[in-house]
Amino acid sequence: MLASQIGYYSLVLGLFFSIFIISISIKNFNNNQIIDNRIFSLSFLQLLFVLISFIGLIISFINSDFSNVTVFNNSHTTKPLFYKISGTWGNHEGSLLLWLLVLTIFIFLFLVKSKKQPKKYRILTLLFQQIIIIGFFLFVLKTSNPFNYLFPIPSEGLGLNPILQDPILAIHPPILYLGYVGSSIIFSSSLAAVVLKYVSKEWAKHIKIWILIAWIFLTIGILLGSIWAYYELGWGGFWFWDPVENVSLMPWLCLTALLHCILVLEKKLILTSWVIILSISTFTLSMSGTFLVRSGILNSVHTFANDSERGIFILIFLFILIFISLIIFFFFHNEQKKIQSKINLFSKETAIIFNNWFMMYFLSVVLIGTVYPIFLDVLTGVKISVGPPFYHKLIIPFLIPFLIIMSIGPNLSWIKTNLKKINISLIFFFIISLVISFVILKKNNQSTLINTVLLFASLYLFFVTVRDFFNKNFKSYSQKIGHFGFSLLILSIFFNSLFSSEIIINLKVGEIYAFEKGIIKFKKVETFNIKNYKSIVGHFEIEDDKKNLIELKPEVRIYNQPVTITSEADIKTTLFSDKFLVMNVVKDHDFFNVRYQSKAFMIWIWISTLLLAVGGIFSLIRRLNEK
Amino acid sequence: MKNKFLLTFIIFFAIFSFFIFLKALNNSNVYIADNIFKENLVNFKSQELFSTKEILSEEIFKDSEFYILNIWASWCAPCRKEHPILMKLSQNSQVKMIGLNYKDNFDSARNFIYKFGNPYSNIMTDKDGVISIGLGAYGVPETFIIDKNKKIIKKFIGPLSKKNLDQIILLVK
Amino acid sequence: MKILKFFILIFIIINFGNANSIENSNEELRNKISKNIRCLICQGQSIFDSQSNFANSMKLVIKQKLNEGYTEKQIYELLKDQYGQWIVYDPEFNKKTFILWTLPILLFLIGGAIIGRKLIVKKF
Repeated sequence: MLASQIGYYSLVLGLFFSIFIISISIKNFNNNQIIDNRIFSLSFLQLLFVLISFIGLIISFINSDFSNVTVFNNSHTTKPLFYKISGTWGNHEGSLLLWLLVLTIFIFLFLVKSKKQPKKYRILTLLFQQIIIIGFFLFVLKTSNPFNYLFPIPSEGLGLNPILQDPILAIHPPILYLGYVGSSIIFSSSLAAVVLKYVSKEWAKHIKIWILIAWIFLTIGILLGSIWAYYELGWGGFWFWDPVENVSLMPWLCLTALLHCILVLEKKLILTSWVIILSISTFTLSMSGTFLVRSGILNSVHTFANDSERGIFILIFLFILIFISLIIFFFFHNEQKKIQSKINLFSKETAIIFNNWFMMYFLSVVLIGTVYPIFLDVLTGVKISVGPPFYHKLIIPFLIPFLIIMSIGPNLSWIKTNLKKINISLIFFFIISLVISFVILKKNNQSTLINTVLLFASLYLFFVTVRDFFNKNFKSYSQKIGHFGFSLLILSIFFNSLFSSEIIINLKVGEIYAFEKGIIKFKKVETFNIKNYKSIVGHFEIEDDKKNLIELKPEVRIYNQPVTITSEADIKTTLFSDKFLVMNVVKDHDFFNVRYQSKAFMIWIWISTLLLAVGGIFSLIRRLNEK
Repeated sequence: MKNKFLLTFIIFFAIFSFFIFLKALNNSNVYIADNIFKENLVNFKSQELFSTKEILSEEIFKDSEFYILNIWASWCAPCRKEHPILMKLSQNSQVKMIGLNYKDNFDSARNFIYKFGNPYSNIMTDKDGVISIGLGAYGVPETFIIDKNKKIIKKFIGPLSKKNLDQIILLVK
Repeated sequence: MKILKFFILIFIIINFGNANSIENSNEELRNKISKNIRCLICQGQSIFDSQSNFANSMKLVIKQKLNEGYTEKQIYELLKDQYGQWIVYDPEFNKKTFILWTLPILLFLIGGAIIGRKLIVKKF
């Protein structure tokens, strides 16, 4: 109880600090002294108060303080401690408090780490960021207060959804929010740079660190979400083009494009308008994502409970931010008048422009696919669904030229490439990839034109990036790792979709099912009573055509609060494939519905995405050391 | 000048999108296919609940001005809620009530009827749910109002309310 | 311009390639169809992924219809007639959805035009 009280007043206090910060900052902006130290102290204090508030909520959860509405709705006395704590941010109100915490931490870090930057730029970034912070404070206090009081105090809570009781899911939102909030810093600092006409190579060098930070967290956040979906949701997929997944992918695409552009801006004063547009768009997409997920506008397996008051607030907040950025961009930005150099067609700059061209296309596919049903429904009353077939049909054909450009691009020099010195290995790999692609697919009866060309392009990129590891040339390690990781990702996804198989059957205990590649034996079933659920474990033995045996023990859990039945898959992972078994209870019958899948190269999908993040981390470390 | 044009265009589009999303917030995101149904009632064959005899739907959909086909199950809580309304409807001489027991255990279904009363002239069963899909239903409870020419004139999704009862009484006059 | 034509050509060829792809066994076809049908009582799941009553019944219906000789397309048409366009995950190309399908490509071409102009101007 006390923890909730302290939490609430701490939060309100934090909001007032914004007023102090803004007034002192404006005064400091206009005078010609150095930056006021009080700004640092006040920002730190604001951070502290939000932290105290957050801790207050955590304590309420740990103590199962059901006088707090949020705790009542989302916790239960029998929840294990770890999940009581992670339940703090596993709900709408708590997650917003986490947003606020990360927002205040990041702006403080920005202030501290930007000492070499011009004072006015730092203050203006702070001011723009404070607008966002105030917006979130108001949103939380007005519509999503995590410290609402409940009387009479219930003796038991409504429980956390058992599907959410998972370690990966506990860290997936925080990491994702780090990415989103990182993009808010980019947003604020870009607007500040535009107003102060500071969009320059120095600014690019500075902001690149923040772009990297946001990008790394966003990549890992998305990876964790996919891993969780794969292990927990029991259907063996890792990406379903669900609106909530799309909503995290869109800022990522924008941020990746921005990351590449900032490389150019670091060296030459071109693409300044485009960089600003991308910076604004990334955060706008993050905020739109927040809106779509939390407003109840979408029908999805991931959404939070819907509430249209919250939806309206975020919508208005989002559009205020959009209008501010539009006005600032159009009135303050004028492209440095054509003193820029021309761009040669065969240069790295052009390759990066092409990269952005394709990234924006992919972004538009995902954005339109996600948002079109909403527009259509409102305008015509017709409801349609846009699912995986749409995205695959529009993305895959364009992936092919994208991969090829990605193979050739980094080999071009800045400014201009001497075409006569084209590396012979580029041509060699071209031919090899074509041949290997054709052979592999023919052997497996999958040699359609699209498969062949796609595999060829991915292999080409793969070989080129591998060769780069052995070349001591002008490229950085981070780029090599990143691009190699990407090629590996496309290859793993490709082989995974081509060579995976699944069997769905109904089996009674003791029955055996023979299929093309082996035998499934349903040996027995064991039941246990665990703390807050009853567990039914099935013992299966799979024998493949080489007489290898695997034991798999999928589990069905029947929870008591709230009454839910979940299936936990058992997965045996090897470098070549995952063997994935899920079983489901079928009502009124004595057999179980058994789903056995062989997922080819699954672990490589995770490894390659991790490599992408590692590439980013290498780059970040290098930049930080340079300073 | 091009800049100003672009800015106005973007602002216009932004305002347009804003209102679209605003309106969308008030729309439900749950899909209810209650306006969509085939006009003609399809024929089906299934076991009767009590006699367990296999009969054709043509044999029972006859000799009445109107028919009400109600899809229900003993495990379905909203079906329990709408049951009194079904009992009231069964007293209407214009309609013949036909029940379709959906994915249920025969004994549980029979017990449900013994306990709460039987509003139906006949009860067919749909053990695997395939007949309901053939009719265009997708959940329980669902109710179809059918005229004497075996044309579906209205479909209700979810438990019948008092308001629905009045609507139906008006329809079958 | 040439590059643009090249891409469009690839796009067309690819869709022909799809039509000629090797026909799957019946089970694979059933799975493929189930993945494309939306579960009407779930929150955003295909009937392939869902274990709900509706999903399981629907899977049986699909099996029956395939055995009766319905093609994939006919099954989608049947279900769309009964439940509306919403039940199918692949939005077909028609009056209501042509913006959905063509807008990304249009944007791509516009982007290409803008880039092309900037590059050509700079190259003189």
